[in-house]
Amino acid sequence: MIVEITALHKTYEGKPDPVVAVAGIDLAVEPGQIFGLLGPNGAGKTTTISICTTRALPTSGTVTISGVDVVKHPARARVSMGVVPQYNTLDRSLTVLENLFFHCRYFGIGAAAARSRSQALLEQFQLGERGKSFPNQLSGGLQQRVQIARAIAHHPAVLFLDEPSAGLDPQSRIAMWEAVTSLRKEGITVVLTTHYMEEADALCDQIAIVDKGRILALGSPDELKHRHGAQTRLELKLRDASATGSLLSALRSMPDVATAEPTPEGLRIFARQLDGLLPPVVSAAQAAGLRDLTIHEPSLETVFLALTGRELRD
Amino acid sequence: MTKARTGRPLAAFGALMLRDARVLSRELIPFAVRVIMQPLLFLFVFTYLFPRLGTGSQMMVGGGSFATVLLPGLMAVAIMFTGIAAVALPLSGEFGITREIDDRVMCPLPVYAVALEKICFAALQCMLAALLVLPLAYYIPSTPVALHVSSWPVFVAVLILASLVSAALGLAIGSSVQPRQIGLVFSIVVIPITFLGCVYYPWALLSHVRWLQVAVLVNPIVYMSEGLRTALTPGMPHMPTLAILAGLLLSFALLGGFGLRSFLRRVIS
Repeated sequence: MIVEITALHKTYEGKPDPVVAVAGIDLAVEPGQIFGLLGPNGAGKTTTISICTTRALPTSGTVTISGVDVVKHPARARVSMGVVPQYNTLDRSLTVLENLFFHCRYFGIGAAAARSRSQALLEQFQLGERGKSFPNQLSGGLQQRVQIARAIAHHPAVLFLDEPSAGLDPQSRIAMWEAVTSLRKEGITVVLTTHYMEEADALCDQIAIVDKGRILALGSPDELKHRHGAQTRLELKLRDASATGSLLSALRSMPDVATAEPTPEGLRIFARQLDGLLPPVVSAAQAAGLRDLTIHEPSLETVFLALTGRELRD
Repeated sequence: MTKARTGRPLAAFGALMLRDARVLSRELIPFAVRVIMQPLLFLFVFTYLFPRLGTGSQMMVGGGSFATVLLPGLMAVAIMFTGIAAVALPLSGEFGITREIDDRVMCPLPVYAVALEKICFAALQCMLAALLVLPLAYYIPSTPVALHVSSWPVFVAVLILASLVSAALGLAIGSSVQPRQIGLVFSIVVIPITFLGCVYYPWALLSHVRWLQVAVLVNPIVYMSEGLRTALTPGMPHMPTLAILAGLLLSFALLGGFGLRSFLRRVIS
């Protein structure tokens, strides 16, 4: 395991009452995964990441990164990790190229190797012409890309991304997703936090759904959707919407159909799973004049709703 | 081989120094202007202009020309301002708007070493500043300056210690004061300790105002001015060397300890 979190607790001694940010988290991230902590704001995601990245001390519990305890040996643990925090921490006094170069130097890479590594990163992240710009001259999306490039410059085993798409426009967000997925090729493990379920769904191999400092569910996006009652929804539009009675009972008798109900334009099916279901549905519906069929994949939003009774973006 | 090498905090420390040197190299002229402007005008008005306006005969302090009194004092002020400008101002920005401090803190070395690096690099800048002021204070005054390095070891020790003290003062201010209040700190801390720092008068002459002579002993600038006075203008009355060195060491320990503690508290939650 590359990241191992055991019985993690963090309480901030606030006034008037102490605030429990993390209330017992256990996690293990396998090498090569893109792992997501999904939850609403204030769920304890950022605190968990801060502890993992040696920026906060746990009240109790342990975290190891590549086997190194982050509380006992923070400096050594930092060698194995790259970090992109929620806010921009680029060195505003240095150019983009110098940001990469000095980062390499901080991590003990020699001058010549640091120079070629920085140049290679500029190419890899399509920042070629921006090397001499200062961070403040770049758009938010580009600055975010520089931050990711810098975070992986010293070849860390694991990259932590805290709310990587916060404040990015949709186009930059897609570019950032591509940059993150491309890290998979380099074998870098990624741990990210997000409160966008689309982001968790698009990027992550494994997701931990977090709320109120605890993990509510853990699994791949598909597993989570299956396990927690989020079903695929099929919307059928029929030419003859009135004669659906016999069709509904036929559909309901299919083993993969959870329920089916009429709609003004036709009918709606909640399916347990989709494999092999479409042909019999289509042939049964043909008699009623099927003219349109749309499939709504289950979403993590509904999973979160099922687990907490609340919307993710409350 | 570009793999990061583990267990080399010294390499990280050195790289942080190089980073600071790179940033300073872009700002050498503003740095020099910032250091030189205040002592230049001070010397011009009080030691060049005033004597020519006929007030020169009154500008004798403690048996020496005012220029001789000012030389070590202005060096001390240059050291102090540089220490604050080199640590407190950038640090308050790094803690505040930019949150850049998190980048430095993620380097593979103990967090306190990040603060120590800031002190060390700022101390180098302080020494540079003092050496920039020295020729000004020697050549501008129209009255003779009795400059004479009585003991090189004392001069070097005082210069290094005074620079470390002022960098530690910068760290203490930068890591304990909110960015918005940094301007206020100049008015309520920096200016008083300058004017009451034996910059414009030797400490021995304060014997005429005994309570003040005792009170200013808590002011680290006093030991910086008096130390340079001992080392550079030994003809002037000055504090005993041992007291000066002890005062500088104690100031460094207190300010450095306080600064480090505040720094750690701000960085690690």
